[in-house]
Amino acid sequence: MAEKAYDVVVVGGGPGGYVTAIRAAQLGLKTALVEREHLGGICLNWGCLPTKALLRTAEIYRNIKSAENFGLRISGLEFDINAIVKRSRDIAMQLSQGVGHLLKKNKVDVIDGHGELTGKGKLSVRKDGKNVADLVARHIILATGARARVLPGFEHDGALVWTYKEAMVPDAMPKSILVVGSGAIGIEFASFYHTLGVDVTVVEVLPRVLPVEDAEISDLAYKAFTKDGLKIMTSATVKRLEKGSDNVTVTIESAGKIIQLTVDRIIMAVGIVGNTEGLGLENTKVAVDRTHVLINEWCETDEPGIYAIGDLAGPPWLAHKASHEGIICVEKIAGVKGVHPLNTLLIPGCTYCHPQIASVGLTEIAAKEKGYDVKVGRFPFVGNGKAIALGEPEGLVKTVFDSKTGEMLGAHMIGAEVTELIQGYAVGMTLETTEVELMETIFPHPTLSEMMHEAVLDAYGRTIHF
Amino acid sequence: MTVNILMPALSPTMTEGKLSKWHKGEGDSISTGDIIAEIETDKATMELEAVDDGVMGKIVVLEGTEGVAVNALIAVLLEEGENPSAAESAASFAEIRAPESTEVPLIKPPIIGQVRPIPQAGSIDKGSRIFASPLAKRLAIDAGIELSSITGSGPHGRIVKSDVEAAKIIGKKTVSTAPASPIVASALPVTLGTGGSYTETPNSGIRKIIAERLTASSRDIPSYTVTVDCEIDQLLAMRLELNNRSPEGSGAYKISVNDFIIRAIALTMCKVPGVNTSWTEAAILQYADVDISVAVSTPDGLITPIIRKADQKGLAEISIEMKGLALRARDNKLMPEEFQGGGFTISNLGMYGVKEFSSIINPPQSCIMSVGAGEQRPAVINGALGIATMMSCTLTSDHRTVDGALSARFLQAFKSMVEDPLTMLL
Repeated sequence: MAEKAYDVVVVGGGPGGYVTAIRAAQLGLKTALVEREHLGGICLNWGCLPTKALLRTAEIYRNIKSAENFGLRISGLEFDINAIVKRSRDIAMQLSQGVGHLLKKNKVDVIDGHGELTGKGKLSVRKDGKNVADLVARHIILATGARARVLPGFEHDGALVWTYKEAMVPDAMPKSILVVGSGAIGIEFASFYHTLGVDVTVVEVLPRVLPVEDAEISDLAYKAFTKDGLKIMTSATVKRLEKGSDNVTVTIESAGKIIQLTVDRIIMAVGIVGNTEGLGLENTKVAVDRTHVLINEWCETDEPGIYAIGDLAGPPWLAHKASHEGIICVEKIAGVKGVHPLNTLLIPGCTYCHPQIASVGLTEIAAKEKGYDVKVGRFPFVGNGKAIALGEPEGLVKTVFDSKTGEMLGAHMIGAEVTELIQGYAVGMTLETTEVELMETIFPHPTLSEMMHEAVLDAYGRTIHF
Repeated sequence: MTVNILMPALSPTMTEGKLSKWHKGEGDSISTGDIIAEIETDKATMELEAVDDGVMGKIVVLEGTEGVAVNALIAVLLEEGENPSAAESAASFAEIRAPESTEVPLIKPPIIGQVRPIPQAGSIDKGSRIFASPLAKRLAIDAGIELSSITGSGPHGRIVKSDVEAAKIIGKKTVSTAPASPIVASALPVTLGTGGSYTETPNSGIRKIIAERLTASSRDIPSYTVTVDCEIDQLLAMRLELNNRSPEGSGAYKISVNDFIIRAIALTMCKVPGVNTSWTEAAILQYADVDISVAVSTPDGLITPIIRKADQKGLAEISIEMKGLALRARDNKLMPEEFQGGGFTISNLGMYGVKEFSSIINPPQSCIMSVGAGEQRPAVINGALGIATMMSCTLTSDHRTVDGALSARFLQAFKSMVEDPLTMLL
């Protein structure tokens, strides 16, 4: 087969890969994208977006259930899980097609198949066991993402033991679910199923839920979840699994006690592993550490001309991190002036459970561990007029500043719409704000964003409304 | 149309000056660029240059007049073919309102002896905005660094946090320093020029830092020196043996005498931690880690990369790390954390054949060890005259933190370790 030559070949069409390919093409590089399954990757097809569609249903359902609080009388509220899932799948399909159009518009060649490195700058693409293309490129960017980590003894079977993938497309509602892992994925599924009336229990090995978040936010999340009826076991590990005909019995060890819990389904959300297999890495100098490809600040691997971005290259496992890394990687390749390595402290993280959680930068504890003398500001939702008008008086906005320089080190929020608010702080931090500019910024009234202002003022003892 | 010539401000602080000489008389024709007068301030004499063509119509302020206020009318220029009476009326009109006149001087002052006229820093800064992030601005103020001295690496040359941090390290002009006035600069050749010629090498950042810190050290620290001679024949023999055992390839090492000294000092610092300290007004700080700065000479000047936790590192590790640091130091590639900090400094001039010397303390550290060459010297061995390889080491200490007896104890412990190098394995 004749080799086709490119400047850049991107392997993997998720949010890292397709954004990278488009940016490469914008920079005038002849670019191909190799994708074996579906454009948009896990994010668009089996992750971020279809789950947001499901959680939107849950949110509306929750709001309608409390309609009377808003002076509305609604009766006969029901849901149809198949219709909920169909809506989610339709949205995923629509978005995936959108990515195809974007790639076409930017003249990126999309090659359908599995890419494998076969030599220096060479990649062969196979589809259904047949070789469909041979590519040569000066720069090959691996963006193959990651998949759910498997706990031995808890291998997913698609029937009783689920990963995110099965949890996203249930054909019927189970009565009870055990979610193993309380990171963003676990908590979002717990929130979805719990809201729709499933008896959900979450098991977390660490002492607190959403362990990467600020401890205070974690604590508030725990209180909000449990108040709402979600069952949570922290510092607990799942030990054994016995499958019944339509249920599973899980042995859990918590605080030295052994508990047996029988549930209809179990969702495994214990982290992810990088998709490093089948890429031909063994023929290269590319170094892999615990399923993640090792890269430098420009996403370069140990093999010249081979790069890795996104989930494959390590945490945080977030779509926007992958996209941003990809852009840095190709801009560096293209010699764009002023490219800076990724500042991982400026990557916001969002969890779309109820209440929502969002954060950027250092937690209070992490800032102290780094030796900062911190000023911490807090503002509760109950002090905000708009939050009360929305009927969402529960939540907190928290800010962390370096008391010496006024540098904003982090922001942590829990409550309604905080996933949309966090970007205000992210912009400020990227522009290297101090407390003064945030204090001087005029926040519109009445909005939830006023809490962001107040939380800054509070760090300096100047809060007005609480 | 007449043109008013006003008393120029030759420096940001000038309020008045002396009109020492007119180069042009009334009726003389003037072209742009002509020197028309000399103005004297308390700092220097400057020439006034015409910025318009015309004829000198009226001299308002006579030669030799002192205390002429800035912006006062000093002469009136007529345009070609204009009636001289116009100058008279302009002068009398202008004279009345001269004190509150806000007209910009129409004469620009070239500077005597100055290669190129430097625009007044103050006036320029007001006009051109320096783009810097809020955090960068605050860090610069805190560090006493002028933003205008920093090159921004952010979008469109914006100065960001990392630029200020880099500037802090290489050292920049401080805010408290008044902007260098061209007049002061022009006076320099007069004070320095003694008839001979010299070349000017602008001070590099590292030079400025050396100057600033060591001047402060020499001025502020009550320092004293203590010297000890160490016999290093056993150490040399051990070094040879160890180096002979170096593997080929990746694990290869070649341990130097200096590497032994680093290790010996690290272990001695554990025994006599009082030298691993800093003086502050409130308290003496005792460092927990044994971080040793090692002076490395670079084309730009001295820099002191650090072997961190040297007490926990073996000879080969110290040796390999030191080689890397020295190499990067010479290529100007050290990261800030690689040379900032440290609790003790070693300076070794042995390779130049220096017998012994003393160094200036590298603040805020308390001590610096100056290591001379290992050389064969007559020595009394077991009551008879013999030959031994000796090395003189001089410890310079800050008396505020380290008393003489402590320095002596440190050197005693160091000497016994160097002279019996097997103890370094303990």
